[in-house]
Amino acid sequence: MQPTETFFSGFAPHDLWFLGEAALRTLWLSLLAISIGSMIGVVFGWLLSVSRIGGGFVLSPLLDIFRSVPLIIQLVLFYNFAPIIGLRLDAFDAGLIVLIVYTSANVAYVARGGIEAVSQPMRRAARSLGMTYWQDMRYVVWPIGLRAVFPAWVGVALGVMKDSALVSVLGYVELLKASQILITRTQETILILAIAGAFYFALSYPISLYAAHLEDRWNQ
Amino acid sequence: MIEIRDLHKSFGDLLVLKGIDLDVENGEVLSVIGASGSGKSTLLYCINGLEKIQQGKILVDGIDVHGKDTNLNEVRQNLGMVFQQWNSFPHLTVLENVALSPRIVRKFSREQALEIAEKQLRHVGLGDKLSNYPSALSGGQQQRLAIARALAMEPNYMLFDEATSALDPELVGEVLDTMQLLAEEGMTMICVTHEMSFARGVSDRVAFFHQGVIDEIRPPEELFESPESVHLQKFLSKVK
Amino acid sequence: MFKALPDLLQAALLTLEVAAISMILGVLIGLGLSLIRIHMKGPVMWLASIWVELARNTPALLQLFFFGFGLGAFGIHFSPYLIVLMGLTFNNAGYLAENFRGGFGAVPDTQIRAARSLGMTAFQTYTRIVIPQVLRIVYYPMTNQMVWAVLMSSLGMLVGFRELSGETQFFASRTFRIFEYFAVTAVIYYIIVKIILGASRLLAMRLFRY
Repeated sequence: MQPTETFFSGFAPHDLWFLGEAALRTLWLSLLAISIGSMIGVVFGWLLSVSRIGGGFVLSPLLDIFRSVPLIIQLVLFYNFAPIIGLRLDAFDAGLIVLIVYTSANVAYVARGGIEAVSQPMRRAARSLGMTYWQDMRYVVWPIGLRAVFPAWVGVALGVMKDSALVSVLGYVELLKASQILITRTQETILILAIAGAFYFALSYPISLYAAHLEDRWNQ
Repeated sequence: MIEIRDLHKSFGDLLVLKGIDLDVENGEVLSVIGASGSGKSTLLYCINGLEKIQQGKILVDGIDVHGKDTNLNEVRQNLGMVFQQWNSFPHLTVLENVALSPRIVRKFSREQALEIAEKQLRHVGLGDKLSNYPSALSGGQQQRLAIARALAMEPNYMLFDEATSALDPELVGEVLDTMQLLAEEGMTMICVTHEMSFARGVSDRVAFFHQGVIDEIRPPEELFESPESVHLQKFLSKVK
Repeated sequence: MFKALPDLLQAALLTLEVAAISMILGVLIGLGLSLIRIHMKGPVMWLASIWVELARNTPALLQLFFFGFGLGAFGIHFSPYLIVLMGLTFNNAGYLAENFRGGFGAVPDTQIRAARSLGMTAFQTYTRIVIPQVLRIVYYPMTNQMVWAVLMSSLGMLVGFRELSGETQFFASRTFRIFEYFAVTAVIYYIIVKIILGASRLLAMRLFRY
């Protein structure tokens, strides 16, 4: 028999690089999901705000589903559903699609809140100045609504970034999965969890601070 | 009576009250007038200890308000305060708003507190609003609620901080009428006010504040008819 | 498959239980953390802030792994139930503390002045005047956090906790009918969330009649 391999080795500097790469993948996954999801979400939000019956009756319950089912369940479901309808998706694709849908559902409600935050009198003022509906939207509703719900949107975005860790259950090697792999190999549980935590923290905390700063500045 | 000696009060580096000497006798109605920022409201907050003082003494019925061993909560039970923004408690009904303090501060029983509350609310003319929430009341009614709430503690003194300044004109009258009623009943009152008609008609004395000191203090007929100080003359010409 | 339904529903109760307990603990701890952050300075305040910011800026799964595998590396082993409870409580406390802090900030100082000038002590002022108003402000975020706790408990399946998701995983992996089982579970979660939201709205109507 061959001598047994050493399964456990220490935590080496190149492992940090391994984690760093995984962090970049987390970042990439998050950025894609947040940007695409937000754009779709804004459209949904507008639909929700515009029609009480059509939007409210059909779209709202539908979007609600994605906010009322755990993300991990959505991921597992979709990943196992895709082959049924003949789609061949790897972990990244499936995870990305689920995250996009999840983001858009959350952003939709935020966007609706933003649109409704712009008071009727203000929009009437815009229209009575001769602006078209879309001019009103672009020059009045968008800037005011954005300021009103910016913190909420940042909250959703950062939430998605943190939830990207769940795509690890599909096998995609983002930061958390990479951490688990390293832990299994090096048994340096605390150290690696701490480093992974630090990465997430470094991504999330400065952004939330900056968003709070912007919010203060806008509120003056 | 309330005795104030050599009162100095600053906010940070800004000296707002620069040496106030004042006696308010029992049963007296004192109106305090003057420009914004002259320190009028601050004086009231110093009297009931909501603001700390840097120098001087304030005695209420012989008790030093800012003394080290003074129980401020007890002193405040004797000083009713009505604010510009009535500050009614939004989560309690009108009756509960007024009954709360007698019950938990003066330790009356629930029935006694409710009785006292109802009495004071009828006193100010809100007897039919007992189970409403403040949000259902107009500004003038909420201010009268605030007055009833302060009266329910049976204080010897009532302090009014621009009680009508935040009200729509047509609601000012009902609050002034209530204040006049209290004055006629013999309540000792210090009223910071912009309502010159009230100051003239109801007060025993009027104090004119200018830049942190009492510039002139005399009975209303004398003060308004023949003001001595230059600042007062300028002030009166602006408010006429 | 429908034979599994009773077991799934039983597990759903476990989900609710762990979420509810973590919320109660989270509210108590979160209240304490927020009051510390508002009123105190120095190391205690820093510790409270570190708790809150760690909870809010790292993934819930990571926090769960820490309580599970992290403590495990020190030789401290908890049951999956406790791991999930601790992880959820840690997370809840952080988010709720921030909600409470905003709530306290939103009650005008003038309310406190009015109460104090009536002779109320600081304690009376806080319990009878400030906190009821804070409750109104944070009620909706608190409801959301409860929903969040229920959804997050599904992560228990990754640490071996047999709540709803864990139980589903158990059945699914044995029968290889992953999609069907998880689809049913998704429906169960949806219903649970709807019930929580509905109950919350009813409670709000009774509590906040103004």
